[in-house]
Amino acid sequence: MSTLTVAQEARRRARLDSGRPIWEEEPTLVGRLGKPLVLALIVLLVVFPMYVVVVTSLSSTEAVTRAGGLVVVPRELTIAAYVQLLSGGVVTRALIISTAITAIGTAFSLTITVLAAYGLSRPGSLWHRPLLFVVLLTFLFGPGIIPSYLMVNSLGLIDNYASLILPGAISAFNLIVMRAFFMGIPGELIDSGRIDGASEFGVLTRIVLPLSKAVVAVVGLFYAVGYWNAFFNAMLYLNDNTKWPLQMVLRTYIVQAQVLPSGAGGVTAMPGMDLAPAPSLAIKMAIVVIAIVPVLLVYPFIQRHFTKGVIIGAVKG
Amino acid sequence: MTTVDERRQTVEVKSAQAPEHRRKLQRPPWRHRLRQDWPLLLMVAPVIILLGLFHYLPTLGNVIAFQDYSPYAGVRGSEFIGFGNFQRMFGEPAFWKAFNNTLIITAFQLVFYFPVPIMMALLLNSVLSTKVRTMIQGIAYLPHFFSWVLVVSLFQQMIGGAGLLSQALRNNGLEAVDLMTRPDTFIVLVTAESIWKDAGWGMIVFLAALSTINPALYEAAAADGANRWRRLWHITLPGLRPVIVLLLILRLGDALTVGFEQFILQRSAVGGDAAEVLDTYVYFQGLLLGDFGYGAAAGLFKGVVGLVLVLAANKFAHLVGEQGVYSRS
Repeated sequence: MSTLTVAQEARRRARLDSGRPIWEEEPTLVGRLGKPLVLALIVLLVVFPMYVVVVTSLSSTEAVTRAGGLVVVPRELTIAAYVQLLSGGVVTRALIISTAITAIGTAFSLTITVLAAYGLSRPGSLWHRPLLFVVLLTFLFGPGIIPSYLMVNSLGLIDNYASLILPGAISAFNLIVMRAFFMGIPGELIDSGRIDGASEFGVLTRIVLPLSKAVVAVVGLFYAVGYWNAFFNAMLYLNDNTKWPLQMVLRTYIVQAQVLPSGAGGVTAMPGMDLAPAPSLAIKMAIVVIAIVPVLLVYPFIQRHFTKGVIIGAVKG
Repeated sequence: MTTVDERRQTVEVKSAQAPEHRRKLQRPPWRHRLRQDWPLLLMVAPVIILLGLFHYLPTLGNVIAFQDYSPYAGVRGSEFIGFGNFQRMFGEPAFWKAFNNTLIITAFQLVFYFPVPIMMALLLNSVLSTKVRTMIQGIAYLPHFFSWVLVVSLFQQMIGGAGLLSQALRNNGLEAVDLMTRPDTFIVLVTAESIWKDAGWGMIVFLAALSTINPALYEAAAADGANRWRRLWHITLPGLRPVIVLLLILRLGDALTVGFEQFILQRSAVGGDAAEVLDTYVYFQGLLLGDFGYGAAAGLFKGVVGLVLVLAANKFAHLVGEQGVYSRS
């Protein structure tokens, strides 16, 4: 990795010092105008849809009606839609379920991934080659939808929240990334721990993990994003729609555009609420925003590290 | 991935092999090593058990593809019918429809999706300001972390029947269009969605490869009178070649997997004629219609063809002198 960053650094510094290398031609007019244009377009394509969705979710009924649908120019902002969604009903429940699944699933996946990555990272340990092979082989083929479903079914996990966690709890990719990182820790450190009488578990928790905060954070966040976004398992294994996580709610009400249930237990009109009813489009967009926000919150933390992580995985996987 | 790293790694592997070989000769018997290493094995156990339970056992469960499977009789009680399911499948026009759709969509994406991350990486790499570059990178990666449901929702709000585009057209006295439900342009839609979601992410690997190309090469080429296009052709592209080949191979291996979630989400809006791919076919035939053995056969067919494609593509990469995916073994 070090060569990579050193080369990168050197290039960056050279560029910063003198701007453009002296031997390089001045850009043509097309390049000078076209490049910023294309880059601005890329940024706009990502940012604009999110902007529209957020603004619409924050708009009042009148503003949405006046705009004839989605709102582009914000006027009369209100958080009525969020208040309504989060004061009980389908979305609140789905949000709680998704949050719980994400928290529990991430803790579980991260724990067993750390343990296995360490267990497979000690050179020359008993059977570590065949065990590693068992992990790597999963890259080559998947078991298929039907046999997986039958397996979950025969374990009695249909309509059980465990079906959202256990079948996809291990990402071989994350495991390999973490193992690669652990193997980069100098063996002398680990040996010194052993000489001082630490058990393997002690070495892992007291020496290896404190040195691996970055990779643990990245892998943990990858798992968390995965659990938060998971929709496939919920669709396959949960027949009971009162157990739906947020992504299923998103699909039902936004993609399939089914009508939001009103009345008690529904999204709108909770008893004893004297708020003006928020527009239904604003509510829909608020659901979209609620699904985006957690990703945006963790994103800055992952972003610093993931380039490195991905490249380690790609090189050694 | 990158040539420098790859080389460094092979060196490491070689130098590590020699002492290990010697160690092997005087290795204590496995019972002694078990006494020493059992905590490590215990640590690996949960992962192995989970993989066994949710990966390897279901893989074995594919035997029901050769059975007239009945959920009541189970795998043991169901009758073996040999290749009956496969024969039925190959005679089924709907299967071939899904198969064709899959291949056409994959080919289309290969041509129109695959170059986008490379071009974006080249463009971004040429930006001089580090700040601007980091900012644009951060924004370009972002959609990768959105779920497919979210991506489809956003597209629907932008270009769907009730979306922003239709809204703008209506406001200007034109007819609204719903680009989300048209079978004839569906292939463009799914490719656009894939590009929006993952092109920025795909860019990472190319950017990393670009940063390992020695800048002195460019300077030397420029001194020899090579203009920017010649430098691109003779230095940049050869520098990217191993990565491009690697990703092409991985893509070919996934040729029959065009993305279950993306298609299942849009199949009902667009109709099965355009949006049925092998994965959705397996889901509908196997799970929704309860024809488990038949669905498993279609899924197994997909898996085996995919495996053969990876192996063949990798072999081909070796023939043309590239590293491929698993050159080290």
